[in-house]
Amino acid sequence: MKKGVMRPGHVQIRVLDMKEAVEHYTDLMGLIETDRDVEGRVYLKAWTEVDKFSVVLRETDQPGCDFMGFKVLNEDTLVSLTQDLKDFGLEVEEIPAEELKGCGRRVRFTVASGHAFELYADKEYTGKWGVTEVNPEAWPRDLGGMKAVRFDHSLFYGPNLPEVLDVFTNVLGFHLAEQVMDPDGNRIAQFLTASMKEHDIAFIHSDKPGQLHHTSFYLETWDDVLRAADLISMTDTSIDIGPTRHGLTHGKTIYFFDPSGNRCEVFSGGDYTYPDHKPVTWTADELGKAIFYHDRQLNERFLTVLT
Amino acid sequence: MPAYQVFNRTTGDSFTCNGDQSVLKAMEAVGKKCVPVGCRGGGCGFCKIRVLEGDFECGKMSKAHVPPEALAQGEVLACRIYPQADLTIECVPQPVDAVVEQATRAKQTTTRAMR
Repeated sequence: MKKGVMRPGHVQIRVLDMKEAVEHYTDLMGLIETDRDVEGRVYLKAWTEVDKFSVVLRETDQPGCDFMGFKVLNEDTLVSLTQDLKDFGLEVEEIPAEELKGCGRRVRFTVASGHAFELYADKEYTGKWGVTEVNPEAWPRDLGGMKAVRFDHSLFYGPNLPEVLDVFTNVLGFHLAEQVMDPDGNRIAQFLTASMKEHDIAFIHSDKPGQLHHTSFYLETWDDVLRAADLISMTDTSIDIGPTRHGLTHGKTIYFFDPSGNRCEVFSGGDYTYPDHKPVTWTADELGKAIFYHDRQLNERFLTVLT
Repeated sequence: MPAYQVFNRTTGDSFTCNGDQSVLKAMEAVGKKCVPVGCRGGGCGFCKIRVLEGDFECGKMSKAHVPPEALAQGEVLACRIYPQADLTIECVPQPVDAVVEQATRAKQTTTRAMR
């Protein structure tokens, strides 16, 4: 949080069919619907999140991710980071307050990988869902499905990773927690964090800009990941791979798809990092193990199926 | 529910598909791998095929992978089509992703170096 960027705050996901998508993210994954707007967008949150929403679904004819937003400390931070982004040479778009209901003004910019990001300082504080603010119980008893704990991170595919790293580290104050290097010394994957989590955002190199690999949600335990896998089978949901463990971050994970083909992850555990930690490095010749620690084999679908 | 035959002209495979079942799901159900399986949701374009013969119904697909001009040429995603007659299909080649190429090259380089 060196420059005042606190955490991932929201992600807007494009879906082909809103009804199917809402069922997926609420009934299966356990997010809670908090609002809808005149554009037909649906607002969702995970139960431990204190703000009004973290996931926004937008129905259109091309799945993928519109943008991901990060919450910053306060308005002063937002003002100074906006200037820093402009000084870096990025075009900055001002989105007025309430364009997303309950969210303050947002500052949007597109990085060299073709992905749009936003910074904002204010969002309606609704508190954790289903528990009281004072003397809270351990968890709400009426959560559905996988009972996702929080929106954790996104992984994007695109070009120009060195420029993206430059913006996230030098302008926004993230640090590089993990990386994959190819034999020529190119960084083909970079996992970046503004916190102690092993990634708040990650990028993998691809020539095609602006692609979404997955949106990830945190679960408490490995047993919850196994239970998520059970639910994926019970609902005949399209599975990608898992349950397994990653080499990168060492998280315990399962991947599956929403009804529009956007990949979702739920995971538990994973390493921690501090700003003084050197980046954890995996080499491209061990990419199979880096991604799937048990299979130790490259999985073409995992690397190339994107929205 | 009537059942139809799907014949993949590229690979020579054929399998049965019910009218309420997507071509990709029917293929997976019998353990065949003649069309690449991606997201199964019409989003990623991995299972793109061309239908040469036969009628089918079509669900929602990403316009990025099936723009109207491609659809007019019979290009569809196998996860989103439901046969209404016997179908003859063919595979549409996918572009190879750079990361897979790089990783494969790295592995080959390492293997050679270890000899």
